[in-house]
Amino acid sequence: MSGAKIAPDDLRVIVATDCGSTTTKAILIEVVDGHYRQTYRGEAPTTVEAPFEDVTIGVLNAIAEIEDLSGRKILDEQGRIITPASEGRGVDIYISTSSAGGGLQMLVAGAVKTMTAESAQRAALGAGAIVMDVLASNDGRLPHEKIERIRELRPDMILLSGGTDGGTVSHVVELAEYIAAANPRPRLGGGYRLPVIYAGNRDAREQVRKLLADKMELFIVDNLRPTLERENLWPARQKIQELFLEHVMAQAPGYKKLMAMTGAPIMPTPAAMGTMIQTIAEQRQVNVLGVDIGGATTDVFSSFRVEGVDEPVFNRTVSANLGMSYSISNVMARAGIDNVLRWVAFETEQAPLRDAIKNKMIRPTTIPQQLEDLQIEQALAREALRGSLEEHRSLAVGLKGVQTERTISEALSQEGSGASLVDMMRLDLIVGSGGVLSHAPRRAQSMMMMLDAFEPEGVTRLAVDSIFMMPHLGVLSTIHPRASAEVFERDCMIPLGTAIAPRGQARRFGARCLRYRVELPGGEVREGELAFGDLVRIPLAREQRATVHLEPARGFDVGAGPKKARTVEVSGGEVGLVLDGRGRPLRMEQDKAKRFAQLSRWYEAMDLYPRLTAATRS
Amino acid sequence: MAHAYTPGLRVARCTRVRKRRVLPLEGTVTRAVGDRVAADDVVAETHLPGDVHSVNVVNRLGISPGEIERYMCKREGDPVRKGEPIARSTALFGLLKNEVPSPIDGTVENVSSVTGQVLLRTAPKPVQVRAFVDGTVVEVEPGEGAVIETVATFVQGIFGVGRETWGELAVLARAPDEPLDPAAIGPEHAGKLVVGGALVSYEAIERAREHKVAGVIGGGIHDADLKRLLGYDLGVAITGHEPIGITVVVTEGFGQIAMAERTFGLLREREGARASLSGATQIRAGVIRPEIIVPYPPGTEPEVADDEQHEQGVMEIGSIVRCIRRPYFGRIGRVVELPVELVQVESETRVRVVEVEFDGERAVVPRANVELIEV
Repeated sequence: MSGAKIAPDDLRVIVATDCGSTTTKAILIEVVDGHYRQTYRGEAPTTVEAPFEDVTIGVLNAIAEIEDLSGRKILDEQGRIITPASEGRGVDIYISTSSAGGGLQMLVAGAVKTMTAESAQRAALGAGAIVMDVLASNDGRLPHEKIERIRELRPDMILLSGGTDGGTVSHVVELAEYIAAANPRPRLGGGYRLPVIYAGNRDAREQVRKLLADKMELFIVDNLRPTLERENLWPARQKIQELFLEHVMAQAPGYKKLMAMTGAPIMPTPAAMGTMIQTIAEQRQVNVLGVDIGGATTDVFSSFRVEGVDEPVFNRTVSANLGMSYSISNVMARAGIDNVLRWVAFETEQAPLRDAIKNKMIRPTTIPQQLEDLQIEQALAREALRGSLEEHRSLAVGLKGVQTERTISEALSQEGSGASLVDMMRLDLIVGSGGVLSHAPRRAQSMMMMLDAFEPEGVTRLAVDSIFMMPHLGVLSTIHPRASAEVFERDCMIPLGTAIAPRGQARRFGARCLRYRVELPGGEVREGELAFGDLVRIPLAREQRATVHLEPARGFDVGAGPKKARTVEVSGGEVGLVLDGRGRPLRMEQDKAKRFAQLSRWYEAMDLYPRLTAATRS
Repeated sequence: MAHAYTPGLRVARCTRVRKRRVLPLEGTVTRAVGDRVAADDVVAETHLPGDVHSVNVVNRLGISPGEIERYMCKREGDPVRKGEPIARSTALFGLLKNEVPSPIDGTVENVSSVTGQVLLRTAPKPVQVRAFVDGTVVEVEPGEGAVIETVATFVQGIFGVGRETWGELAVLARAPDEPLDPAAIGPEHAGKLVVGGALVSYEAIERAREHKVAGVIGGGIHDADLKRLLGYDLGVAITGHEPIGITVVVTEGFGQIAMAERTFGLLREREGARASLSGATQIRAGVIRPEIIVPYPPGTEPEVADDEQHEQGVMEIGSIVRCIRRPYFGRIGRVVELPVELVQVESETRVRVVEVEFDGERAVVPRANVELIEV
C-alpha cells in the first residue's frame, strides 16, 4: 500500500490508527452526504511487548472491531487491508500515528542553557520527542557528572547544537567530547548505532565529526541557531522525524510491517496532534492553546501570532510526569496536597486520600464511582493542567521556528527569554483532549477544569476533542487537509462555549468588576453586573451566537485595555457563555469554611455536580 | 455477556519460572547450560568503563589549546597514577616548572587541541550478575547472560521497593488480615524474608532493618509510611533500586488491606523454604511487578500444575472478586450479575458494571474497579 499515489478526491474511505503505549485506537472516515465524517471507531490493546511483539496485531484487532461495528469488510483472509474501497468493502488508504514503546526519547545538548540548549529543546519537542535531559556547558554540573548522566540515559537519539555560526567552537567540541566519552547505547539496543544529529556552529562540524563519526551514526544539518537573533529549527526537526522512522521505529517490533501498510509516513502522536493545532490556528486565524492530558504525560501545544512575524509561532512541550493515572501520585507530590484540596468543597482525611491516590497509580484503570472521588480526580486534573501550562509558558518564549528576528539584548537577557509568548489575554481558543477532559460526565466539568487551571483572560472559546482523534486527523491533514478539517468540525471538536474573564483584582469579594449586556438569539437580552468572586453561566447552544457588550470596572480589563468597554460576538457550546469574575490571577477565600461556601456557589452556578440523594448515593 | 476480562496478578503454587539474567554491557558468561546455580552465584560478569575526569590543562598552564600537545607528558592511551604529572611547562631554562598532576589512577582517554581539556578514565569497574533464583541454567546468550529456570511457587506483588534479595521465608502473621507486628521480628530473622498479613507499618520495617532482615512482604502499606521509608514522596511507580537496606513488597495495595487468602496460604505452605524477592515495579508500558519466587529443591517439586487459569482474567457469575477502589475498597465478594448495558453510577459516569454480593449485601461496582482473586 505504501507509496501508492492516490489523488485526494479518490480518498472516500479512510482508516486511521493511533498506536498508543497501552491502546491502539482506530477510526473509520467515510464520505456521508458529500462530507467526510468519522463513522466508526474500534480499539484494542497495543501489542508492542511480549508475548506478541508485533504492533500490527493490535492494529488489525482494532480494525477488526470497526469491521464488526460497521459491517464493512476491511481485512482479507490473510489479515491484509483491502484497497481500494468498493461498495461495503475495503478502504482507500490506511494511515497511522504512534507513541507506542515510550514514544521518541531524546537527549539534547547546547552550549548555553538559555540560548542554543533551549533552542535545541524546542526543536526536539516540536518534533514530538520526550526530552530526557538538556545538557549545556553552563548547566552547573561537573564534567564527570555530565558524562555519567549521558551514560545512564539510554536515548533513542541525541541532538547536539551549540554556538552560532562563526561563534564558539570549544564549547560545542567539549560537549561532543563528553558524548564520545560516555558512548551511550540506544534504548532499543541491538545492532544499530545511536543516531546523533549535529545542528550547531558550522565551524565545529569537522571536529564533531572526528569525535563522533566512528562511534555513532552522525548526521549534520544546518545550525538551529545560526545567529543570536535567529532560530532555524526546521532542518533539525525534519531530520528528527526522518530518523525516528528510519532508525527508532524500525527497531520496534512489527513497525517495518506497519510502515509497509500505511499510505503516508507514520507520525509520532504528539507531532500529529501539533500539526492539527497548527492547522486550526491557520484556518481560523486565531491563537490556540491545545492540551492532551493522558495517564502518564500531558502535552501542551500553542500557536500564537507575534507582531512583525508572518507565520504564527508554534510550540509544544510535554510534562513527562504529569498525568491522571501512572503519574497521578506525582501530580500530588508536585502540587502539594493543599493545592489539590483547595478545589474540593468537602472535608477529607489526608491519610486515606493519599493511599487512594497511590492505589490509582498502581491500578491505573480504575474509575471514580463516587461523586467525591470524581471531584478529587478533577481537582488533581486542575493541578496537572496548571503545572503543564507553567512548563509550557516557560519554554514557549521569544523565538519562532524559522527566521525569527530578536534583538541581541533580548536574546542575551534571561528576562527576554522568560517572556512567554502564551499571552492569556490574546488567546482565542483552548482545545482540551484526554480522558479526564473528553469523558467528564458533564461538559461543564471539562470547561471548569480548564478555566481553573489555565485562567484564560478576556474572551476565550473552549472546546474538547470528543474521542481523541486529533492525532489521526493531524496525519490525515498532511495528505487531505479538507477531509481532516471536515471531520474535525463535525465529529471531533465539541464546542463548550465562551468564557469572559476580566483581568484584575478587587479589594473585596462582591465588588463590581464588570457590567454586561448579552443579546441572545431571538431578541432576549440579559443584563447585569458581575461581582468579584462570582461566576455566571448563560446558556447559549452550539450553533448560536450572541453579541456581548462589556464594561469593566476600574482595575479590570477584558481585552480592550483597563476599564475600556468592548463589544464582541461570541459563540455558544454545550456549556454556553460563562462570565468569570473570580479575578486574574484567580482568587479564592482563604478561610476553609468560606472557601467551601464559595466553591459550592461556583459549582452551583455552573451546574457542575449532581445533588446526591439517598437513591443516587453509592 | 457471561464473562468479562479483568486485570490480575499471577499467583501460582507450582509453576516453571524462567529468569533472564543479562549484563548491561557485553562480557563473559561464567556458567554453562545444565549447571545448577544458587541465587547468589555469579552467572555473568563484565567491566563497566571507569568514570571520566576532565582536567583543563590549558587553563592550568596558561597556554592556548592549539599548543597542548607540546606540553603533554602523557599521550592518549597512557596509564597514569594519581599525582603523576600529565602535562608540564617550563620557563627560565627549566628553573620554573609548572605541572598538572593526574587527579586519579587511570588512563589518558582524550587530549583535545580544541578545548584544551584532557579526559582521564579510571580503571574499569567489575560488574557481576547473579542467578537471583536457585535453579538450572537452561540457556546461555554468549557475551550477554543466561536464562535460569526453576520450578517454584510464584507470586506477583502489586508494588515494591528495594533491590533483589533472597533468604528463608518466615511467616509472622497468623492470618491474612493480621498486620505485621514489629515485636514479632527478632534477631533470629536476620537474612530472612518475613511475611505479614494486612499491613506493613514503618515501625515493622524499621524493626526489620535493625535486625538485618532481608525483605518484608505484606498485604498493604500506608503511603505516609512509604514516604518516611524513602525520604521522599514517590511520584511515579518505577522502583527497584532504592538504597534502603531492605526490600519491601506488598501484594494488595496502599492502606491496611488483607493479603489474598490464597497468596497467604501459599506463603505459609512454603515457610522455611529459600525464596527470592524483587521489589522492582514499573507501572507503565512494559509493566514490571515485584516478585516472590520460592523454588522447590530438585526432586521435591510437585507436578507442575497449570493452576493459573483464573488469572487469565475470565470473570463469570460466581467468580470471587476484590474491589480495588472506594467505596468498597478492599472488600471481597461474589459476582452475582454481569449486566450488558452501561449503567450510570453515583459520579454520573456511564460504565459497564458488575453486581457483587458481600456477606448478603449487594452492590453495583464498575468492572474496572474489581479484580479477580482466587480462593
